[in-house]
Amino acid sequence: MFVALRDLKFAKGRFALMGTVVTLITLLVVLLSGLTAGLGRENISAITDLDADHLVFAAPAADQDISFSDSVIPAQTQADWADVAGVAAVEPLALGMTRAESGARTTGVAFFAVDEASALPPVAVRSGEVVLAEQAAEDLGVAAGGTVTVGGVELEVAAVAGSDSYSHAPVAWISDADRPMTGTAPDAATVLAIRVGTADLAAADAALGTETVTVADSLNAIGSYSSENGSLQLMRGLLLAISALVIGAFFTVWTVQRSPEIAILKAVGASTGYLVRDAVGQAFVLLLFGTGLGAALAAGLGAVAATVVPFVLGPATVLLPAALLVVLGLVGAAASLRRIATVDPLTALGAAR
Amino acid sequence: MTMHLNDVTLTYPDGDGRLTALDHVTLHAEPGELTAVVGPSGSGKSSLLAVAATLITPDSGQVLLDGTDLVGLNRKQRTRVRRDRIGIVFQSANLLASLTALEQLTVMAHLAGEAPTAAGERALELLDAVGLGAQAGRRPHQLSGGQRQRVTIARGLMNEPSVLLVDEPTSALDSERGAAILDLLRRLTTERGLATVMVTHDRDHLAHADRVVEIVDGRAHALAPA
Ligand SMILES: Nc1ncnc2c1ncn2[C@@H]1O[C@H](COP(=O)(O)OP(=O)(O)O)[C@@H](O)[C@H]1O
Ligand SMILES: [Mg+2]
Repeated sequence: MFVALRDLKFAKGRFALMGTVVTLITLLVVLLSGLTAGLGRENISAITDLDADHLVFAAPAADQDISFSDSVIPAQTQADWADVAGVAAVEPLALGMTRAESGARTTGVAFFAVDEASALPPVAVRSGEVVLAEQAAEDLGVAAGGTVTVGGVELEVAAVAGSDSYSHAPVAWISDADRPMTGTAPDAATVLAIRVGTADLAAADAALGTETVTVADSLNAIGSYSSENGSLQLMRGLLLAISALVIGAFFTVWTVQRSPEIAILKAVGASTGYLVRDAVGQAFVLLLFGTGLGAALAAGLGAVAATVVPFVLGPATVLLPAALLVVLGLVGAAASLRRIATVDPLTALGAAR
Repeated sequence: MTMHLNDVTLTYPDGDGRLTALDHVTLHAEPGELTAVVGPSGSGKSSLLAVAATLITPDSGQVLLDGTDLVGLNRKQRTRVRRDRIGIVFQSANLLASLTALEQLTVMAHLAGEAPTAAGERALELLDAVGLGAQAGRRPHQLSGGQRQRVTIARGLMNEPSVLLVDEPTSALDSERGAAILDLLRRLTTERGLATVMVTHDRDHLAHADRVVEIVDGRAHALAPA
């Protein structure tokens, strides 16, 4: 990178401008990634944190997809699943959205109703008790030992545990006995949380009229998650594509402007390979600085933002998008390399057109 | 016997037909000798240098460098020949804007994969030899036209070639500076045993030459040195 590094210094202004663009795009992509992950976590963490590897849904109609809001698993099906060979644990879970009150304070919560013996909640819940996620306790201003009304039923706060939320609402773990009215049979569950050993899931599904999916696959059954996540990911994808194009355009213009010098270097014996390495190295340095600065800024802003909005700050939301930008930027820059190959060293001789 | 062009013919596409830029040209350049190529504008002088520099492949004929025909070489091999064995000085001082005078030379060593320390010393010696020892840290825009041309000459010699090809080195200079460049080329050719081929349109320069070849309409013939 003999000439490339000196060009970086010599054409400071131009590269600083491009570096700023890379920095800003990185800032945007990382912030968006953190926000996407934060919103996603608010939507799904209660499901992903379940001590289970698969969820059993009621099989939807042929043209419908599985959905937490539509699934109803009657008591008989629950019993039948418990008898399926090769399934380790079968925990019925009924969930839905409701209101919680404590004194004058109210908040929306996701109720997760389970059997008294269930291992799903962070702390076992008995009839008459509720285990609140931290956010719910904070919103309601209650602590363990206090009383709250969940869906019209007065319950004692057995514990404040975990930070799980579902569909942007903090989780309130309750006993099946205290479940608010949802219009389904009181002993019907929404899903079964199971741990699968050697079971033939397809056969069990076919026999019992259910559809069993992995926990990860079940997330799209949360209506708000699939649409929200989809549009945020689309924005992120577009930003990444735009950055590759912008960087590609910059290096293409730069290469065109530089072609007289490329011709000189070729005339005095620089191979195309040497010039390409030089150019790729230059793009890499620019991208590394730009994304590094952008990621650092975004991490700082994200740390502040995390106190007011859902925001996840971590390698997956900071380093991964930055690395992706470097790779896509290099792909964009590579588009300009073709031009290096086509520069004719003869043009350096000037007079011979 | 360093560089021999034997019976070289070169044509360019020209409308429906072809334009003959070099018509069975033969030229010999020997070590320590300055060969001047003169002729009117458009006569084929630059084309001749381009062929000698392996920048264009002629339609026919041979370009022998120490007995090896360069015409048959592939692009990679020709790039290497230009890097290691032929120095080129262009009509306008073609320097790289971001590099200092010294770096214009050391980049040549970098191209050849040479260690930077030895290269730095040799580059400084060469800048001294062309009278620019004190300007080593300057970039092209901080140098005069004559100084830039001297840097180009020094760059041409950096990888110690046996052949130096020079295209109208003084066309952008006044006559005093032009004469100084000519003196320099004459001196370097003798001191370093270079086979120098210099294209010029200035008949005053012929006094410095050991041989003179005149090209008219692509055809070359020897003139007696002035
Ligand atoms: N790349 C080219 N394509 C087509 N014609 C060219 C090209 N280079 C030079 N010529 C033509 O070849 C002839 C010789 O050009 P050149 O070698 O540049 O002459 P000189 O250097 O003596 O002025 C001229 O007629 C010129 O127009
Ligand atoms: Mg010419």
